[in-house]
Order: sequence, then C-alpha cells, then structure tokens
Amino acid sequence: MIMRKTFLAAVLLLAGAGLAGAAETRHAAKDIDFSFEGPFGTFDRGQLQRGYKVYKEVCANCHSMKQMVFRNLSQPGGPGFSGAQVQALAATYTIQDLNDQGEPFDRERIPSDHFPSPFPNEQAARVANGGALPPDLSLITKARAGWTGTFAQLFYGMGGPEYVYSVLTGYEEPPAELASSAPEGKHYNPYFEAGPWIGMAPPLSDGQVTFDDGSPNSVDAMARDVAAFLAWASEPKMEERKGLGFSVIIYLVILTLLLYLVKRKIWTKVEH
Amino acid sequence: MGGHSSYQPKSAFAKWFHERLPIMDLIQGQALDFPTPKNLNYFWTFGGILTMMLGAQLLTGIVLAMHYTPHVTMAFDSIEHIRRDVNYGNIIQKLHANGASMFFLAVYIHIFRGMYYGSYKAPREILWMIGVIILLVMMATAFMGYVLPWGQMSFWGAKVITNLFSAIPFFGDSIVTWLWGGFAVDNPTLNRFYSLHYLLPFVLAGLVGLHIWALHVPGNNNPTGVSVKSGQDTVPFHPYYTMKDAFAIGVFLIVYCLFVFFAPDYMGHPVNYEMADPLKTPAHIVPEWYFLPFYAILRSIDNKLLGVIAMFASILLLLVLPWLDTSRVRSGTYRPVFKQFFWILVLDCLLLGYIGSRVPDNLFWVDTPSHEGGFALTNKLVGQIATLYYFVHFLIILPILGLLETPKPMPASISEAVLAKNKPALPGHKAAVPAE
Repeated sequence: MIMRKTFLAAVLLLAGAGLAGAAETRHAAKDIDFSFEGPFGTFDRGQLQRGYKVYKEVCANCHSMKQMVFRNLSQPGGPGFSGAQVQALAATYTIQDLNDQGEPFDRERIPSDHFPSPFPNEQAARVANGGALPPDLSLITKARAGWTGTFAQLFYGMGGPEYVYSVLTGYEEPPAELASSAPEGKHYNPYFEAGPWIGMAPPLSDGQVTFDDGSPNSVDAMARDVAAFLAWASEPKMEERKGLGFSVIIYLVILTLLLYLVKRKIWTKVEH
Repeated sequence: MGGHSSYQPKSAFAKWFHERLPIMDLIQGQALDFPTPKNLNYFWTFGGILTMMLGAQLLTGIVLAMHYTPHVTMAFDSIEHIRRDVNYGNIIQKLHANGASMFFLAVYIHIFRGMYYGSYKAPREILWMIGVIILLVMMATAFMGYVLPWGQMSFWGAKVITNLFSAIPFFGDSIVTWLWGGFAVDNPTLNRFYSLHYLLPFVLAGLVGLHIWALHVPGNNNPTGVSVKSGQDTVPFHPYYTMKDAFAIGVFLIVYCLFVFFAPDYMGHPVNYEMADPLKTPAHIVPEWYFLPFYAILRSIDNKLLGVIAMFASILLLLVLPWLDTSRVRSGTYRPVFKQFFWILVLDCLLLGYIGSRVPDNLFWVDTPSHEGGFALTNKLVGQIATLYYFVHFLIILPILGLLETPKPMPASISEAVLAKNKPALPGHKAAVPAE
C-alpha cells in the first residue's frame, strides 16, 4: 500500500498535473480500497444490500435514480436479492397508472417499474433544497472523477466511488479565513467537485441506518457501502464485462502467439 | 490495375464466371499475388489495422443504431438502455466509443510513418492526398458521433465547434443557423448529426477503396525509399503480409480490448455521463484527446476567424506536403538532418495535444493560475510557440532542408539494403561489410 502510494505520488509528479484541480482548495478523493477494483474485482453482495438500504433510507429522500429498475436488484452481478424480495420491495411504493376506464389510479410498483423519484420535477426539487438541485445518482460514480492526472486515472481508475465516499465523509469546519464568507445554508466540504461549499447538509450520522446482520453502521462504513452500491448502479453489468474481458484477452493472446509463429515460419524462407 | 495475377480458372464454371466477371482474377492479382517490398517494417501494418478498425466501427455502429433513439429527450437514456438492458450492449457501446480512439491512434501512427519514409513523394502524391481527405472525413465522423450520446460534453462540444463557423465574415451567423437547423443546438442538430454519422463511414469506405487503388498503381513505398527494381525485391502479399498484418492486428486488438474491458471510461470525459443541459456550462469544455492538438492551434490565436483558419490550415497544409518537401530522397533513414526535425515535429504535436487539454491562462506545466503582472510562461504562450513551429516546419524548414541537406549514400536496391543489414548479424562478420 505504501509502495502504491509512493508510486502514485511519483506518477502524479511526473504527469505534472498534480492534484491541483479547478479550485486550489479542492482535495483529491481519498483512495480507499473497494472489493470491485482491478481486473478481477467483484462486488460484495452484502455491501451492495447494505448500500441499497442506505440509499433507500437516506439518499432517496432527495436524490432520484432514474435509470434504475427494481428488477436490477435481483440481476446477476448485483446485490443478489431474490425475485420475491424484489417483488415485495417494489410493492412498498406506488405509481400512477390508468384503469380500464382510462381513469388514473395508484397501484403498487412491480419489479419492471423504475425506482420512484423524490420530487415530481426539477423546480420542485430546487425549491425543497434551497435552490440547489440534488443530482440523479444513477451514474454519479461515472460522472465524477476522484482525481486528475493522465497516469493516475490509468492506473487507479477514475475514482468515482472514492469521490462519493470522500464527499460523504469530508465535511469539515471551514478554515478561519473562509468561515466569515460562508454562504448561508451551505456547508464546507473540500472534496465537493463544485466546492468547497455544498448545499447538502452532512447526510449521514453514526448509527443512522440499522443493518439486519448487525454490520457496522458508522458514517465511514455507511459511506463505503453506499459508494459501492452507486458504483454497481452506474454499471450493473460490470462483473459480466470483466469476466468476458478475461476470456477475450486469453483468447487474443493465444491467437496472436499462433499468428506470430506462423508468420515467423513463413518468413524464414525470405531474407528481409 | 491487374497484371500481377496468376489466376487460371480451374473448373468449367469458374471459366464461365471469369469471362463474365473477372473478380477472382482481381482478388488474386491485388490481394494475393500483389508484389510487395520484402523489407516493410511493422509501421507498415497500420494500413491493415485501420481497415480492420473501419470494419469494427461499422459493425458495432450498425448494432448500436438498432437500439439508439436520436431525440434530445431520449438519446441519453437510450445509451443507458444499451448499457443496461441490451445483450452485451455494455461491451458493444464501449467497443464503439473506444474504437474511435484506437482508430485515431492508428491513423496518426500511419500518417507519421508516411512522413518519415517520404511516402507522399512522387509517384504517390494522389495516394497521400486521398489520405488527407480520409483524415478530414474521419474527424467529421468522430465529432458527430461524440454528439449522439447527448451528454454534457457532447452538447457543449457541438456548440463550440459549430459556433466556429460564425467567424466567417458576413455569412457566419446564417451558416451556423443552417448547420443547427434552428437557433440553438437542439433536436434538428442531433438528427442531422445522426444521419451524417451513419452516412460518412460509407463515404470513408469508398475513399479507402480509392486509397488502396492509388496504392496499388505504384505499389508500396518501403523503409529505404528506393523503388522496387526487380522481382528479387518483392514477395507476394499473401501469405507474407497477410500473416504479418494478422499478427499486428492481434497485438492491436489486445491493446484495444484491454481498454474496452478494463478501463472503458479512461478515454472519455466523466461529465458526459450527465445528460446535456443547455443552461449549465461544464467547468472545462475539452474535446476528445485526438482533437487536442488542433484545439490548441485554434485557441492559440485570439482572433476567432484567424484561429479557425489556422486550425483548418494545419490539416489542409498536408495536401501540398508532396510539393513542400523539396528533397528527392524519400526515406528519412538517409536524411540525417530531416530525421531530427521529424522527431521535433512529433514532440511539437504531442506538446500541442498537452496544451489543448489545459486551461490556457494557467502557467505551463505546473498548471496553476498565473498571477497578474509581468511575464508569465502560460499554457497559451507555449501553445502559440508550438503552433508557430508547426507551420514553420512545413512552410520553411522542409522546403529549405531539401535544398541544403546532403543525404547519406543510398543502397542501389531493396535487396542490397537487406543484405547489408543482415550481414553484420551473421557469425564471423563482426565488422559491417558494405554490400556489393
């Protein structure tokens, strides 16, 4: 880990880009470890289930996830809920539909329905949040980079899940020189992309969500869980991609090796 | 064309067919028996790699078009639909997106190979010029393709690039309105970009056909730049170069697939995972990496019109490259001074690419905002110098260099060069013996 950090630092120095992003006060995301990193990394089912619970009980009060459908929760490579569990989960929400007379009525959601959104439209969301729009979280770990640097992003990924974790755990007392100019209703968070002032109040507090299996529910643990859940949600087929990728690379390496041997055999007869 | 074929129809049907459509003869002559210099190095495999990439982009693109919806309210969601719900859509979409990057990587290597070995010189001027037109059409295709997912960078990139045409005096604004199909980048813009993005690859395929035709008249250039003198200098394209190209394509596919499967978002911009919002400008509007050098040239000139002219001139200049280079010697191998200027040009283009990705007013390399007062080496200033050098290379250095430079002695033929190269490697021949 220390070697990794040293290497990262060296690479960043070489790239010259440093971690000085748009604002000088902005911090690069904390590079924490996730189970799904690297070419063979997979999601931790328990962590995704816990992360979904954190999203549902905390984030979903303000943030939509419009790309998500309830059936995704029982898809292979996801949190691994059973079909029946998903059906029961979906049924706890309602959606407006039309009956056979063409009149609107509310029915229970089914697994093929989307996650419900907390606000009917953007304007309503802004009004309820002091003018700031809580972004949709379906793709948030893809839409944010945790750090900059050509080589850092190549070796350590784009850092989206780390960004989410860092924002959730990154609330601080503002430095003295900034405290006086704090905008009203904003909070100091040097990890926030458009920061350092963020409209969202610190969303998590220790022990806020209770997990059935007694897993730790500190702010740090919940932030990791929900970051992992959002990483899965941004690409529910990540495990399929990596698994197929492994086979494809093995196949191509063998094929290319054979092609090389054939090529060499053919060319031995010709001086070139 | 033709003249290289050893095709003899074997069956009665083949004979009957051959008399009506001699396509087997054409394939035999142009793709199998075609005499190719025996000393081509691996930089010559990029032609085959590019043909393969065009095919890969067409194939993945046609499948994507089956699932994509070109409408401003649905385009972004339809890409997500492809990534989430379509069988293997996640991979097909990434093959196509990363394929564009790999296509440009290969085409830039291909172009610099042509420049180093003087492949643009007589009798290959038309071949080279068709290549430059292919580059332009490729750029247009890639630009319009990047707009289709309708993310933030798609939208703002489209807006910035189409707005360039407003620099044209008098007609500028009318042209931009005409390009947009309205008074803003909106649904009509998306629809016409989609239509053209589907059309242009087939135009490219046609141009590639002409490019290969123009190649097969004089035949390949080669690392010595010396023309083919006899049959001794060549080998049939098949199996020698079919197998060499196939191996190179294999290596290229491994690199391509490593990106697609293990770093699929590395080449893209995170902000493009947010749906286009005409009211919210991203902090930095940056094109894809393969446009960065041209973006740097554009931004290095304050006057918008002159910037646009410089950007287009930097590519169109290549059309007259065969006449700007006054040296009779093709290959850079035998041009000691040219060789150095060639690598300076490569570095200059890489530098322009770096500058294109930076905030112009930040300090060069350290990339922090420059403070007021006095001289500061900003990214913009470095970009201006690099832009100037780019034009100086083509317009001043190349024409003068050809007249002043003394080339190294050249081999009489390809076979002689090959013998001279291989001799010292033989056991017992320590010293380089000049070949007869």
